[in-house]
Amino acid sequence: MDKMSDGAEDATGVVRKPSAVFLPRAAMSRFAKLLLVPLVAPLLAGCNAVVMAPAGDVAVQQRDLIIIATVLMLLIIIPVMVLVVLFARKYRQGNNAKYEPNWDHSTQLELVIWSAPLAIIICLGAVTWVSTHLLDPYRQLGRLGPDRPVVAEVEPLEVEVVALDWKWMFIYPQYDIATVNEFVTPVDRPISFKLTASTVMNSFYIPAMAGQIYAMPGMQTRLHGVINEPGTYKGIAAHYSGHGFSGMHFETKGVSDGEFETWVAEVRNSPDMLSRQRYLEVEKPSERVPVMHFSGVESGLYTAIVNMCVERDKMCVSEMMSIDEQGGLGHAGVNNLAPELYGGGEKNRAPFGPQKTYVAAICSTDEAIAMTAKLPALKAPNAAPLVGKGLTRPEMVAQSNAPALDWLAGKLAFNQNTSADAL
Amino acid sequence: MTNEFWSFIFGRLTWDVLPLHEPIVVITFIVVAIGGLTVLGALTYFKLWGYLWKEWFTSVDHKKIGIMYMVLGIIMLLRGFADALMMRLQQAIAFNGYEGYLNAHHYDQLFSVHGVIMIFFVAMPLITGFMNYVVPLQIGARDVSFPFLNNFSFWMTAGGAVLVMISLFIGEFAQTGWLAFPPLSGIEHSPASGVDYYIWALQVAGVGTTLSGVNLIATIIKMRAPGMSLMKMPVFTWTSLCTNVLIVASFPILTAVLTLLALDRYVGTNFFTADFGGSPMMYINLIWIWGHPEVYILILPCFGIFSEVASTFSGKRLFGYTSMVYATVVITVLSYLVWLHHFFTMGSGASVNSFFGITTMIISIPTGAKIFNWLFTMYKGRIRFELPMMWLIAFMLTFTIGGMTGVLLAVPPADFVLHNSLFLVAHFHNVIIGGVLFGIFAGINYWWPKAFGYKLNTYWGKISFWLWNVGFWLAFGPLYVLGLMGVTRRLRTFDDPSLQIWFIIAGIGALVIAGGIAAMLVQFAVSILGKNKEWDTTGDPWNGRTLEWATSSPPPQYNFAFTPIIHDNDAWADMKTRHAQRPTKDFMEIHMPCNTGTGIVLAGLSVVLGFALIWYMWWLAILSFVALIGAAIIHTFNYDRDYYIPVEAVAEVEDTRTRLLSGAR
Repeated sequence: MDKMSDGAEDATGVVRKPSAVFLPRAAMSRFAKLLLVPLVAPLLAGCNAVVMAPAGDVAVQQRDLIIIATVLMLLIIIPVMVLVVLFARKYRQGNNAKYEPNWDHSTQLELVIWSAPLAIIICLGAVTWVSTHLLDPYRQLGRLGPDRPVVAEVEPLEVEVVALDWKWMFIYPQYDIATVNEFVTPVDRPISFKLTASTVMNSFYIPAMAGQIYAMPGMQTRLHGVINEPGTYKGIAAHYSGHGFSGMHFETKGVSDGEFETWVAEVRNSPDMLSRQRYLEVEKPSERVPVMHFSGVESGLYTAIVNMCVERDKMCVSEMMSIDEQGGLGHAGVNNLAPELYGGGEKNRAPFGPQKTYVAAICSTDEAIAMTAKLPALKAPNAAPLVGKGLTRPEMVAQSNAPALDWLAGKLAFNQNTSADAL
Repeated sequence: MTNEFWSFIFGRLTWDVLPLHEPIVVITFIVVAIGGLTVLGALTYFKLWGYLWKEWFTSVDHKKIGIMYMVLGIIMLLRGFADALMMRLQQAIAFNGYEGYLNAHHYDQLFSVHGVIMIFFVAMPLITGFMNYVVPLQIGARDVSFPFLNNFSFWMTAGGAVLVMISLFIGEFAQTGWLAFPPLSGIEHSPASGVDYYIWALQVAGVGTTLSGVNLIATIIKMRAPGMSLMKMPVFTWTSLCTNVLIVASFPILTAVLTLLALDRYVGTNFFTADFGGSPMMYINLIWIWGHPEVYILILPCFGIFSEVASTFSGKRLFGYTSMVYATVVITVLSYLVWLHHFFTMGSGASVNSFFGITTMIISIPTGAKIFNWLFTMYKGRIRFELPMMWLIAFMLTFTIGGMTGVLLAVPPADFVLHNSLFLVAHFHNVIIGGVLFGIFAGINYWWPKAFGYKLNTYWGKISFWLWNVGFWLAFGPLYVLGLMGVTRRLRTFDDPSLQIWFIIAGIGALVIAGGIAAMLVQFAVSILGKNKEWDTTGDPWNGRTLEWATSSPPPQYNFAFTPIIHDNDAWADMKTRHAQRPTKDFMEIHMPCNTGTGIVLAGLSVVLGFALIWYMWWLAILSFVALIGAAIIHTFNYDRDYYIPVEAVAEVEDTRTRLLSGAR
């Protein structure tokens, strides 16, 4: 049964795990119990407010924070609203209450009206600082729930997420499998996401598990979360990404360890393999695609996606940055452009722009990935950041650049000899 | 004729770009065309063109320009609200596999254009209209510092609105959301005319906004009546000053970032592309460095309006004038330190996120102080519940809720679960409708008698008030709930049937708001056409406190026959208590600026330039650009810029007022 539609039962679950990390647990528990029930219960009775009744510890803490912040602010909002109504009634014309047309200043009162909001904001600011650090999506999970620290032996589930037009791809590097539009995880196992996107910005969000994080092309973001209760949840794209955006959601399943193993085995039986070529096919824009399973993933695919070099003849961003860091390729680099062959580039060309191009690979992409991982960065010559290698420069500086040039020349020669093998 | 010839003349403008296959757009076009032709026909029939051209379009009188801004804002409100109604209808019916009545291409334009119109062509013209009309009167000036520039600014704003309206029928508008984030708005993913309409409409309007900001700052700094030190300025003038400082400091950022986006789209640069070293994140940072101050550009003048309303209708001096001014200035400064809270979810890191979260919360302190100041202005007052006061009470009750959800969204971990959701949509409508629009409605009801000499109809005003308030909560309460149910914004279709009821309630709320808008239009019509107008012969129908109420309603062309001398921050209330006598003789001739048609010509050429760039008609772009520069240069040789109102004319106007005043008393 869809988790979204039985959230009302979870209304009880709200009170069960009320503790927040930044207040003494006992105090918080009583505090939360007192406030949560009247505030949240009516809401949940009427609808399935997944944000208010999530199934993962991170989202639970975020929910608690919403409630704490709201309560803190209500401390001042409610008196203000009551006073507005009271004053409006009492001092209306015809009521003949006390009238002092020239009373316009009171130092004590002004102190209060500045310091009361200040006091609330100091509390809220402290809560914000602590909780933002504790619930930083980049931070590894320290607990699975209240009083349930993560055991050192437990290996987090690693998932690499790619936002495509308009579907979600999940790569499980530990299991060498991948899926589209289906995300399955064992319950109570920390999940460590790495996220990127193929073309435009997107936002990855499983409301029942944890807050969202952007997925952006050519970049990687991180997210950590856990699902504590078995069930099926909704995963959504939370950032508008074009025409197919409305249909860009996926099923998230929290299952037991045994069920997870079964599922992995099932995926491994799929005849479909996620090679680079296959990825380029899947990546093409499509809407509301059914779930896909891939029984194997070509090594380095995710890294290639992040570095925008799944096509083998494109230079990886990491390689480009590594070259630039060492002074650039000079004229060779400027001219190292190939006409765009992908994604209908010619059709969508800027009217006064050059023909759409991309930077051609020098190494094979595999080498580039390996290179950026292993090579110690060469020390850049002093003048390089200012002058750049493409310009003529004084003899002396050119000599000091020799090591970098030699290295590149060697690299190029090496590459010519070995690129066939590397492929 | 060959194809090359036609594509040279018309660029990429072909018959195919006309949305003839979209019946909704075609019907809209027919209705608009019939309506437009009727208006044009009526203007011609009643021979009003000459009058409009001479008395309004070419006018450099800040009061007339202010009114034209208001008219523009209200017309565009109707367009923007029609878009909102269409979205609400689509979201209320597109369930269970039913696609609704709007395809993605149309729907995605709707939410983009709705945001653009409501911010740039409704809220901005309305507040600029108020600042134009009221500020010179409040500081005892005869006009703004640069009257021609003022006229030009208005027409540039109107020119931007014209470009947006053209996009409805020729080509399409952006399908990117109202801020057009790249890479989606880049040429690769949005090759059609939509984003170009977005860029050039905002560039044209942005020139107007920036120049009007410069103009009003100069006016407030240099043209105050003698005795009016900065700390004796009315609060509305103070908030206007701060708003215009924000405009001048932030709109150039928008102009720059849109120029960079245009370069990406036209000459193939890579500022914001995903590859070649471009950074879409840079665009998002830059546009929000403009975008967040923009929020305060809109709300600050409304705070000013509410301050005037609170003290006038409580019959009392404003409580805590000094802290009100400081609160305004603090908000002005802080508004530049919070932009990142619009994208906590980009992964900036916990310390950066906390910093921007906490600066955002800090803004709520001066804002809270302002709310308390209005509250204690009411305290020990004698409150008259006229329409502006009713809007103030509604504002204080609505806006505090919106402020609360805003501070909630400023807590980064909470924002992670609420960002981009309908909760966020509900929040910003809560502050923009509950703050900005309610402020504008209070202002319209408050200053209408000043501008036209009679009060607005109260009966229809109250109907409009209640429909707006009830409609607002019906329309946006459900969106708060939906946000907590994890529903994100900008969705066109839904799978979960349990959500539908909330969207239906929201749709009903939108209809109630439509009733509120209709009632407001009826209120205007009844007031304008009604026979039993409450004519205001005193110039001071509300027992006002600031200087604009010292002159007649409507004010004479020159505002004040003699520049008043100021002794107190409630200058007019002070004059009344001291029984200051209005001078009735020894008038002098008054130096005034001449009308000019240059503003409308320059703005017209800018629209042509924008249109040519959108459709790649390069010859027309070059031609109109040269003409634009040429017309501006020619205008500098126009030495016929000022004239004197003769003493007799001044005396006649003032004597009429003297008679009216003695008759009224």
